[in-house]
Amino acid sequence: MMNLTLNWIGLKTLVRKEIVRIMRIWIQTIVPPAITMTLYFIIFGNLIGRRIGSMGGFDYMQYIAPGLIMMSVITNSYGNVVSSFFGAKFGRHIEEMLVSPMSNATLIIGHVAGGVFRGMLVGVLVTIVALFFTKLEVQHPLITLSIVILSSTVFALAGFINAVFATKFDDISIVPTFVLTPLTYLGGVFYSISLLPEIWQKVSLANPIIYMVNAFRYGILGIADINITYAYLIVGLFVVGLFSVSLVLLNRGVGIKE
Amino acid sequence: MQALSIKKLTKIYSNGNQALKGIDLDVEAGDFYALLGPNGAGKTTAIGIICSLVNKTSGEVEIFGHSIDRQPEAAKSCIGLVPQEINLNLFDTVLNIVVNQAGYYGIGRKLALQRAQEYLSELKLWDRRFEQARSLSGGMKRRLMIARALIHEPKLLLLDEPTAGVDIEIRRSMWKYLRRINNEGTTIILTTHYLEEAERLCRHVAIIDEGKIIEDAAMTTVLRKVQREVFVLSLGEALTETPELPGFEAQLNDPFELEVAIDAEHDLNNLFAILSRQGIKVASLRNKANRLEELFIRMVEKKQKNNAAAIASTP
Repeated sequence: MMNLTLNWIGLKTLVRKEIVRIMRIWIQTIVPPAITMTLYFIIFGNLIGRRIGSMGGFDYMQYIAPGLIMMSVITNSYGNVVSSFFGAKFGRHIEEMLVSPMSNATLIIGHVAGGVFRGMLVGVLVTIVALFFTKLEVQHPLITLSIVILSSTVFALAGFINAVFATKFDDISIVPTFVLTPLTYLGGVFYSISLLPEIWQKVSLANPIIYMVNAFRYGILGIADINITYAYLIVGLFVVGLFSVSLVLLNRGVGIKE
Repeated sequence: MQALSIKKLTKIYSNGNQALKGIDLDVEAGDFYALLGPNGAGKTTAIGIICSLVNKTSGEVEIFGHSIDRQPEAAKSCIGLVPQEINLNLFDTVLNIVVNQAGYYGIGRKLALQRAQEYLSELKLWDRRFEQARSLSGGMKRRLMIARALIHEPKLLLLDEPTAGVDIEIRRSMWKYLRRINNEGTTIILTTHYLEEAERLCRHVAIIDEGKIIEDAAMTTVLRKVQREVFVLSLGEALTETPELPGFEAQLNDPFELEVAIDAEHDLNNLFAILSRQGIKVASLRNKANRLEELFIRMVEKKQKNNAAAIASTP
């Protein structure tokens, strides 16, 4: 029988530790995404966007803003967990947690909560930056908030799994570079998939980021290329699936125990 | 009550190395227990399994009656670990490290801060509490790992070479502190390469070699097995050649230093009587190696010879 009080205190400790870490190295965790997104808004939204005209009934800057916010949330949630957990493995202070009676589920939730915190914090900052360039009126606040938290959770869990398998620092940059970035760029951040030939529209539907970006865009602008119910279903399945995989890996000691 | 019970514990690593070959070990609550062995003998693997840092291949481990497989939460709550390698988050502050560790054991922040003050003061780290761990000296890092291991007040403390690389003054103050917490009821299992440390602190000793326990007894029983001791005598006056000491094996290291081996059937009184008759003045004497060290080396060497003989006799 799991001791709930013990795990609740353990979880609070872990989340607090993660937040302290994020704020301690704010120059690495908070500032770069804000600068990157500002450049995106200036170059794609302002300079190039003016020539593109409207998309989905909105000017281009307005259209890409939700996608850019979601993109920064996803990459930061992922990046936070993968670097924090792998750093703990590399420095061996993961052992502080492994010897403790705190459950493996708590350990995962704590790290994921840290990733979600950073994702949301960066998301808020990027939203503030976006408001300097365009007008955003949230159409469906609950959908906006829930889908951003769920998407952030999915990528925080993915980052956790990456860190479990990583044995060197190269391993924590391979997935973001070769998987996450292409999926994000092809995930409807900068365009509506209706612009693609039919075959590529179907291929795009295999990309989970399409659902997250579109559901978030629906929450803010009220338009989407996909069915929102499907988006919740897919994102929900990813959360459950990735959490289960993380738990099995941790219970077996994959990548952390000999 | 047994603090630790190990039955038929084996560990085979993925590279095929069999680190533990079915060891049995029982440690009584309140004991101060030494687990000794040469490098690669299996000490750290055994400690890793007890603390759930290493997956065992087979066997049973119970901590105060709690199985590490069936009641891991209860078993882990009883243990505090000071590992061999520094495993601190070097970028975190001293205070955060111990307070966070308390949190992982379900201790609320208010109590954790009180205990942190108590243990960090005890281990002379309170003044450094807001500094990052990376700024501490090697000895301070070791003391911080002890404070971290004690913050949840474990019933069983595992110390894996806690004084490695620590200067003698700090080592002695750590001995004093460990003796005190043992007297207050904490069971301690110590692995060390400083056999003097084990002899001074521990009441029981187990010697592990090549994944097997080759000795497991009270320290006094083990030390009684020492058949021969070597003493180094500082002489009051210089000698030009090694004196004849009937019944003793002697060797003159330099004109002022005489080394004498004494078997169990002889004693120091006998030696001093002979030296006195020969007009040799002794200013002081010391053990060349401590008794446990003598025994340890002999046991490990004997086992290695037996193994070599067994291999040679294999057709």
